[in-house]
Amino acid sequence: MSEPVPPGFTPTDAERDELRRHGILLTSLEELCDWGRSRSVWPLQFGLACCAIEMIAASMARFDIARFGSEVFRASPRQADLLIVSGTVTKKMAPSVVRLWNQMPDPKYCIAMGACAISGGPFKQGYNVLKGIDRYIPVDIYIPGCPPRPEALLHGLMQLQEKIRGQDITATAGPGGAPGSDCPVPAFGGHDLVPPQNETLWHPPALVRREDA
Amino acid sequence: METLEQIRDRILARFPGAEASIVANPSPAAQPSLLLGAGLAREIAEFLRDDPLLQLDFCSNVTGVDWLDREIAEPAGKRLQPGYLEVVYHLYSMALRQGPVVLRLRTGNRTDRVTLPSLTPVWRSCEFQEREVFDLFGVVFSGHPDLRRLLMWEEFKDHPLRKDYVEPDDYEWEPTPHGEVLTKARRHYPAPPAAAAGGQGAP
Repeated sequence: MSEPVPPGFTPTDAERDELRRHGILLTSLEELCDWGRSRSVWPLQFGLACCAIEMIAASMARFDIARFGSEVFRASPRQADLLIVSGTVTKKMAPSVVRLWNQMPDPKYCIAMGACAISGGPFKQGYNVLKGIDRYIPVDIYIPGCPPRPEALLHGLMQLQEKIRGQDITATAGPGGAPGSDCPVPAFGGHDLVPPQNETLWHPPALVRREDA
Repeated sequence: METLEQIRDRILARFPGAEASIVANPSPAAQPSLLLGAGLAREIAEFLRDDPLLQLDFCSNVTGVDWLDREIAEPAGKRLQPGYLEVVYHLYSMALRQGPVVLRLRTGNRTDRVTLPSLTPVWRSCEFQEREVFDLFGVVFSGHPDLRRLLMWEEFKDHPLRKDYVEPDDYEWEPTPHGEVLTKARRHYPAPPAAAAGGQGAP
């Protein structure tokens, strides 16, 4: 290639593959940064219920989450990038989960693993279980299942990596566009948590139902 | 092991002023239980633990029951039996490998006379379970070393396992409601727009 590169030249993926075959690697700081971030997602060592057993299984040799760069389960939220909410969040536990989330440094990501973390699951109509952790913290990936198999967790992690690869490194928001910084910690009230949800994060979906339905 | 009738008779002989009666169990389990008055319950419990023939040294389970006001039909007419809270203790003997003996204690009512003697000084394993009964049913155990809520938070006001407990109304998002949940979720439904009501594929 004797021609000088014209200003504003952005190679297509095919052109970059062609260049790579000739030993030339073209990239941007953002791509490099997202590549690094997406392949070293360190989860917080934090389990709440039976989903945590599947999470442990995913970290062991048979499923081996290390293949995706996420084997470093950190015992401190200060060193973690990913909060896997693996299990039932009781209302008594919810403020602690939000506090752990606030203690994690940006950029940080959240996976709601299993039916309970998504919506309360089989305990949704109970008095003591939070009806989904997304009422208080922004969730990037939802993994359905009760509990999800380790493969499902790995798939969720791959989806998260995909999301991180599209992340703008200058943005302060998380990949989902939600504020990644501090979320208000709910207080214990006389009958329920106060407030019952973070209004900036969660609204009940507006379902219009027929009366006879 | 002695029958429950024999145990009751020995209790009544040992504690002349005690109230002890047998509650029959008509279910297939047919496991009768011993209803004790609250007054001498602690002393009777110590007797059951230390008696050489029984040696009921282990309390495996403490649970609560909430009985609402009941109307009882009698030949003379209907009688209203006021409600009460009941605490049930399941006792075993590790030394003699026998049991269970089921004890029941009843409170005076469900509102202000809810104090019962704690059996934690007799069986240490009652400690957390009595705290749980206090938390979820509101039975106050006098003589308990550390009577705090166990499962709910300190600021919580109600007792969730009581039959008249009113749960927080957060039924605004129910994807597949049916039965009671549907009734509760309906209170949150927006009124259907007039145009959409007929145009949603009604057969």
